[in-house]
Amino acid sequence: MTNSDKTGGLNRRSVLKGAAATAAIAGTNTIGAPMIWAQNIKDITLRQFGTGVSNLNDVATKVKEDLGFTLEMTALDSDAVTQRAATQPDSFDIADIEYWICKKVWPTGNLQAMDTSKIANYDKIVGIFRDGKLTPESEIAQGTAPHTVGFVDGPGGREFVDNESGWMTLIPTIYNADTLGIRPDLIGRPIESWTELLNPEFKGKASILDISSIGIMDMAMVCEAMGEIQYGDKGNMTRDEIDATFAIFTEAKKAGQFRAFWKTFDESVNLMASGEVVIQSMWSPAITAVKSRGIPCVYQPLKEGYRSWGGGIGLSKNLSGLELDAAYEYINWYLSGWVGGYLMRQGYYSAVPETSKAFMSENEWGYWFEGKPATGDITSPTGQVMDTAGAVRDGGSFYDRMGAVACWNAVMDENQYMVRKWNEFIAA
Amino acid sequence: MQNLLKSRHIAGWLLASPLAVVLALFLVLPIVMIVIVSFWGATEFSIYPAFQFDNYEFLFGSPVTYSVFLNTFKYAAITWVFTLVIGFTVAYFLAFHVHSLTWQVALFLLCTIPFWTSNIIRMISWIPFLGRNGLANSTLISWGVIDEPLEWLLFSDFSVILTFVHLYTLFMVVPIFNTMMRIDKSLIEAAYDNGATGFQTLTNVIIPLTKPGIMIGSIFVVTLVMGDFITVRFMSGSQSANVGRLISNDIALLQYPSAAATAVVLLVTVLIVIAVLLRFVDIRKEL
Repeated sequence: MTNSDKTGGLNRRSVLKGAAATAAIAGTNTIGAPMIWAQNIKDITLRQFGTGVSNLNDVATKVKEDLGFTLEMTALDSDAVTQRAATQPDSFDIADIEYWICKKVWPTGNLQAMDTSKIANYDKIVGIFRDGKLTPESEIAQGTAPHTVGFVDGPGGREFVDNESGWMTLIPTIYNADTLGIRPDLIGRPIESWTELLNPEFKGKASILDISSIGIMDMAMVCEAMGEIQYGDKGNMTRDEIDATFAIFTEAKKAGQFRAFWKTFDESVNLMASGEVVIQSMWSPAITAVKSRGIPCVYQPLKEGYRSWGGGIGLSKNLSGLELDAAYEYINWYLSGWVGGYLMRQGYYSAVPETSKAFMSENEWGYWFEGKPATGDITSPTGQVMDTAGAVRDGGSFYDRMGAVACWNAVMDENQYMVRKWNEFIAA
Repeated sequence: MQNLLKSRHIAGWLLASPLAVVLALFLVLPIVMIVIVSFWGATEFSIYPAFQFDNYEFLFGSPVTYSVFLNTFKYAAITWVFTLVIGFTVAYFLAFHVHSLTWQVALFLLCTIPFWTSNIIRMISWIPFLGRNGLANSTLISWGVIDEPLEWLLFSDFSVILTFVHLYTLFMVVPIFNTMMRIDKSLIEAAYDNGATGFQTLTNVIIPLTKPGIMIGSIFVVTLVMGDFITVRFMSGSQSANVGRLISNDIALLQYPSAAATAVVLLVTVLIVIAVLLRFVDIRKEL
């Protein structure tokens, strides 16, 4: 989820932040009084920075209310987040980063592993983040799957391990399954495969996002679905695979397949809402934004599966003593349900869904998590009605969606080569 | 002390120093920094001091660089032609066809009204106008000129250049109008008296005397277009690239040394273009 916006416009995160600020959500404190000394904890300030999806001011306000200490939030784009986590370990206490960023940053030793025995709801965290399996039968998707970078061998461990060692790198906070967005009214027939993005039927009406680390994944999903390329691992391509992928997309670009490429959240919304584009890579809240304008837009489940991403919070190596206790307190609070309910109402998923249930209405829980038809209006975070009674979430239930993940956002060994190729593709 | 200040030499230096300091701090120093950083190295997260030519080697070794520079020149050249023709015509009309000074000022102010809004707004407002279901297409369809919406109106080189021309024509109008107003009217009358046609007067009297204005306007337009990145990104729907976009992509990926190297090459290129332009007219002399 890299998204930098130099133009001062909106991006997904600022939209969410704004949306979140206006959403009036009543929560109750279920964990009771803070477990550490109240007189000391008031003086503590924890500095959190991150990519903004979950860096919400409402969370900071609620932390002050429930736990008594101050949480300072800084939202940055993911390139800046990566750089800061890698180079300025003294500038933060808590890093809210994505799993692929963790893969890049962990080896610098700026973060410390967390003792899972201090995390009350650890056993309830979704399997994806523990052994990699959503259900015991699930297959593990390609790319930087969260559990592969989720554990290290000890408190000071630098190496990732492939079992639940009891020392976790990031506590998962937010994740989702991404797919293509379509305008069903302008397409008028069922869309079932990623190959449709390059279908000549949509010549001049398709779009893809101009953010290399995510765009390349969407491209790979398309090329693989077309049967043109068999990837060893889409999340870690070889140079040949990268070249072959760009060759297919460059040809399509020259043939006029794409109307435009988008870089910011609002661009993707406008392309779709104006009908310039009828099929494109899209993010979940952008679909919400198009729908809340009264324009039909579907986050289309595809038979090849979803491209998924996830984020979590990690602790700076400099945290110790009372501050470290406060950080654990914060993590336990984070997983206790209020934040989860808040995020799930925006279409994301919480790491511990069952605790979030208490903070959502039965209608909301049924619609967002269980994939059941809504029993009443479903409103967006800004209060606009998105779906009315009877509507079903695109893609269905949590298990249908997260169970169909084909690959995770990833950082490749050949990342710099890929980025150069991406620039060539844009200039082609 | 008194004597020291009275010395012409010292006073001159003192008077010049504020500007010199400002320029040194805010112009020379940053450019020197850019040049220095362009020789540094970069990892994925950080930059480190070094003296290496990797950034330049990669830049000159990539065919993309050449096609992107070519594209940048193409935008600059086409935009220059259109802004010059339109700008000259508007300035000519204001200077020679409108006789009352009040009207000249009023019409000139009219030209500047669009500039009361931001550059970005003026740029983006073309998008709904030119779009597939935009005003232009729906008007043409309702007139029966076309049956299908014209796809090339938006997210194409056409829309990029249209926007450039719209944004920058005033930068041509102002200097040309300014020099035209200073042409001695008796010269034009003399040309008529000697039997020159309107066209001959234009080519033999007005255009030569307007050259400094044309040159200043050209420098404005060429440097603005060559340094732009946001217009190209928005109006081409990110599908075309110019040098500015190469730099902005590098910055987004934290590759500052590579961005600096591209910036240095762009700066040198623009300076060469301006030097060539100045070969045609000695602005200092003409002003």
